[in-house]
Amino acid sequence: MNHQYSKTEMMAIACSRRIKNEDIVFCGTGLPMLAAVTAKMTHSPYCTIFFETGAMDPFMLEIPLTVADPRVMYNSSHIGGLADAFSYMQNRRTGPSVLGILSGAQIDIHGNLNSTSIGKYDSSRIRLPGSGGACDVATSVGRTLIFMKHESRRFVEKVDYLTSPGWLAGGVSRQDAGLPGGGPEGVITSLGVLSFDDETKKMYLSRYYGFTSPNEIQANTGFLLDISQAEQEAIPTPTELRILREQVDPLKLILH
Amino acid sequence: MSSKVMLASDAVRRFVSSGDCISFGGFTVNRNPVALVHEVIRQGINNLHAVLHSGSQVLDLLIGANLASLVEIAYGANGRFATTCVRFRKAVEEGTITVEDYTNYQITLRFMAGAMGVPYLPTYSGLGSDIVSKWGFDEKLREARASLQDKKLIVERSPFSDASQLVLVPAVNPDVTLLHVHQASEDGIARIQGLSFTDIEQARASEHVILSCEELVPSEQLRKDPWLNCFPHTIVDAVVHQPHGAHPTACYRCYDYDATHLDEYRNIAMDDSEFYEYLETYIFGVNDFSEYLALIGRDRLEEIKASPKLGYKQRGFAI
Repeated sequence: MNHQYSKTEMMAIACSRRIKNEDIVFCGTGLPMLAAVTAKMTHSPYCTIFFETGAMDPFMLEIPLTVADPRVMYNSSHIGGLADAFSYMQNRRTGPSVLGILSGAQIDIHGNLNSTSIGKYDSSRIRLPGSGGACDVATSVGRTLIFMKHESRRFVEKVDYLTSPGWLAGGVSRQDAGLPGGGPEGVITSLGVLSFDDETKKMYLSRYYGFTSPNEIQANTGFLLDISQAEQEAIPTPTELRILREQVDPLKLILH
Repeated sequence: MSSKVMLASDAVRRFVSSGDCISFGGFTVNRNPVALVHEVIRQGINNLHAVLHSGSQVLDLLIGANLASLVEIAYGANGRFATTCVRFRKAVEEGTITVEDYTNYQITLRFMAGAMGVPYLPTYSGLGSDIVSKWGFDEKLREARASLQDKKLIVERSPFSDASQLVLVPAVNPDVTLLHVHQASEDGIARIQGLSFTDIEQARASEHVILSCEELVPSEQLRKDPWLNCFPHTIVDAVVHQPHGAHPTACYRCYDYDATHLDEYRNIAMDDSEFYEYLETYIFGVNDFSEYLALIGRDRLEEIKASPKLGYKQRGFAI
């Protein structure tokens, strides 16, 4: 393990690299905030960040701790409410250009997410927050990236509760179900980055980080993963790390 | 014109009853109607049916005080301050409340349908998910409780030419909605600065609306720029003047959320006896919200005072 950077830092940076200048980024709480703000302060200064609470393109001097943090409002181009944000994503003119960044507690090979409950739904062993806007985003936007802690108990054959639809049963099942948005593009985990096969829509390993290996990633995945195409993700550059640590989250409120 | 201004205790006594379907404005750490919910708890108004999008400090307090029995919700967390709201999680896992899950957009549409006076609105949100297929309330409960619809969500094809599959989301019309706003007048005009979340749809959908406000201002002042006001004053039943009425959540340009209090709350909420002590100290042990604010202390309120330019309190290096 390279001790120059943490797993959390690697995850935020790996995600930020996948955010382009032309993206309109739907940003959830926590790691997605770090990734989006890092992208904006490095290679994608023109990307537009917005929140489900209704704030569009704010100037974030400080990292917000929830999507309703007053820090999401300063210098915004538009301030509305939830109806504005969600109809922007469902609208077929504006929704396809949105990149949604989500996270969950469980994920299956087709990128379906659970953030509602562990165990049986009617007698939850562990109650989680629930969808919030995640299912709405997963339904409607053009592309989604998902953050996951990479553990076998989280990468499962079948999620206990399907909160946010990914590629459903794979193949064309997502389109058949009538979901208008584009489906998940990648899963950024604490060990690497997974992509989805163009036809089967099954997850495969596309990148592993400098401190791990494809075999270690398979050992931490609860289903069989194609690891044959995996390459190493570049380690964080000094600039990426400096911006993330000194400008994005200097008080280590999310990085800790 | 008779004034709608009254004390929180009188407003809650008049317009909130046991068994009501209730909704609260705000979102996670922002603009929760804390003063009004403290009063609901102090008066022990129970068996409530709460409907909300994203979990909030007030919902956690109400559930912790055993006053909510049914909860329709999209998200029970409070950002970095609670990855899942502590008393909410405990109540679900111990089976002391019954929950039905929706998405934030679905809940928004439910209020909007209620406000529009139609029985449902369509969306794509929920297609292919367990939010449509798994129901939290059984038929018996749906029949027994007037505020519940007989069905949760229905998937149907559009009757228009595209014939796409849609999720039909049922309207909700709360008996009462509690909001905390920046400014209000005695005739019930309300003005919010910053994000309005779904406060406006909630108020329009409700049978009764109680506002608490940071500032009570003359009606004429709010009538100068009426396009900045939230909704018709006619739908408001009561106006309560309560500065800092959203503490420990934020009120844009007035004060930030109280991060210290929210962190302490999370730890206190983990332990039953500490939580009941919290209720005793901050709610049952005081007569009104001003006495609660006195316990919080002037220094703390000064610490979280917002910069008028940024709308929040710039963080020091000590957080």
